[in-house]
Amino acid sequence: MLARYLNDSKLVIHLFLMGSILLISMPVLFALIVSTQSPVEVFSYPPKLTPGTQFDNYLEVWKSIPLMRMFFNSFFIAVLVTVGKLVISILAAFAFTYFEFPGKRLMFFLTLVTLMLPIPVRIVPLFELIADLGKTVSPHLGIDSYFALVVPFLASATGTFLFRQHFLTVPSEFADAAKIDGCGPIRFLFLVLLPLSWNTIGALVVIQFVYVWNQYLWPLVATSSEEMRVIQIGVKMLIDSESANNWGVIMAGVTMAMLPPLIVFLLLQESFLRGFAFTRDK
Amino acid sequence: MESKAVFKSKWLPYLLLAPSNIVIVVFLFYPALETFRLALYRSDPFGFHKVFVGLENFIGLLTSPDYGASFLTTIFFTFWVVLLGLAISLGLAVLANQKVKGIRYYRTAMIWPYALSTAIAGAIWVFLFDPTAGVLNYLFAAMFNIKPQWLTSGDLAMGVIVATTVWKNLGYNIVFFLAGLQNIPTELKEAAAIDGANSWQVFWRVTFVMLSPITFFLLVMNVIHAFFDTFGMIEVMTQGGPAGATNILIYNLYRDAFVNHKVGVASAESIILFTLVIAVTLIQFRTAGRRVHYQ
Repeated sequence: MLARYLNDSKLVIHLFLMGSILLISMPVLFALIVSTQSPVEVFSYPPKLTPGTQFDNYLEVWKSIPLMRMFFNSFFIAVLVTVGKLVISILAAFAFTYFEFPGKRLMFFLTLVTLMLPIPVRIVPLFELIADLGKTVSPHLGIDSYFALVVPFLASATGTFLFRQHFLTVPSEFADAAKIDGCGPIRFLFLVLLPLSWNTIGALVVIQFVYVWNQYLWPLVATSSEEMRVIQIGVKMLIDSESANNWGVIMAGVTMAMLPPLIVFLLLQESFLRGFAFTRDK
Repeated sequence: MESKAVFKSKWLPYLLLAPSNIVIVVFLFYPALETFRLALYRSDPFGFHKVFVGLENFIGLLTSPDYGASFLTTIFFTFWVVLLGLAISLGLAVLANQKVKGIRYYRTAMIWPYALSTAIAGAIWVFLFDPTAGVLNYLFAAMFNIKPQWLTSGDLAMGVIVATTVWKNLGYNIVFFLAGLQNIPTELKEAAAIDGANSWQVFWRVTFVMLSPITFFLLVMNVIHAFFDTFGMIEVMTQGGPAGATNILIYNLYRDAFVNHKVGVASAESIILFTLVIAVTLIQFRTAGRRVHYQ
């Protein structure tokens, strides 16, 4: 009887949902709590599970690592890659969807192949290429440059395919009508197609911003000066520099480092879900 | 190839594709091909002299006990990340697919770890397992009266990085399983229920089968994630240790390339990883081609 009553009221489902959300969020909740604790509180036994008042931890982070600079680097790179990739993949997807031209199949195939070429399968020559560009052409293209951190990521099959898939769902009457009205391809793209693409744009912004902000291997390899380091590597530097394992300060740094992608995700999650996963199979 | 070719121009499509193609050729294809070439050379630590050695780098790797160990570590790690990750995420996705009040908020609260990086996940979990300050360590001590040194024992360190990765991947996996669940026509489940199937049977015989394309897709993505994206987490948590217990292939590659400066060997390692990615991707394409239930 009781089970039936609970089932009907869906109370069990609510309880399970809350329980699993609590479990999933627990590690980050602990990080938040500890980020406000003093070393004494952090190492108290049994562990203290309530927030402290040591908000100085957040200021301490600034003394250990060049936080501002790292934040700027991560943000600058993430924005440039996201915007650049949006533009480049929209143009490519537009060409693949609305034009017929010699070499189209080949180019489409080559774009597809890039899915199998993540950074690790080309990291050694990519590093040498960037180092050579820096030595022979200009230091602005070499190691420790924004060029090195941004440009290799500007083209992607993900973006191109995402937009192509979306463009294919736009009724062809739109383009026909535009053509009859004397509207050229570029005007059609900007005036008709893009205003219909906000969900896809939102989805790609989330995916790319989160991806670039969270990237570790390439920024580690492609930078050597502290000035060009990104925040992910800052987290590691923070752990290494807080030698006495001052977890309060480390978790304060972690908290700050995870906020920007989280904010982007929360702001755009509706488009993210609609434009990406939930239309993928349609 | 599907298209809506309505506009005609001899040069515009090439202009539109130029930025994408230039980046692809210069920063993807050229380095990828160059990897194949470098893998056949041995170079001194400073890269000045390169000597052609044929397949020596590959033979060296494939007969090296250390590389073999790293390979097995990667397979073991990937196996558990995929198995546990997909099983737990599927369960949570089914939960998030229930029709109850406020489910949209529940969903957001469930998938947000998607936005965390592997390095940050690593930093948080290192703290949770810290021998003196870690909460999990306290729990284990209180419940089982044991105080394991998590990251200094090989098996336990492996367990910790598996747990961290599974947790970190939950958001991504739940998003896709949820999408898959929502695309299953309710008539199918209703029909099965009318035919006398209980909810357990409906889940395994209808829902699970209809989800197979998504499951395969996630299998591939999780394998690739375990192979490559976990680098930041390993660097923060264990640096491949203790005694190589978490030295997965990507970490081994990084060290050979950028710590030991063995350019040829590292390139050969890239090729081996590339082969693994291709194998996994082809399996995905083949199974997807046959089994996807679009719409």
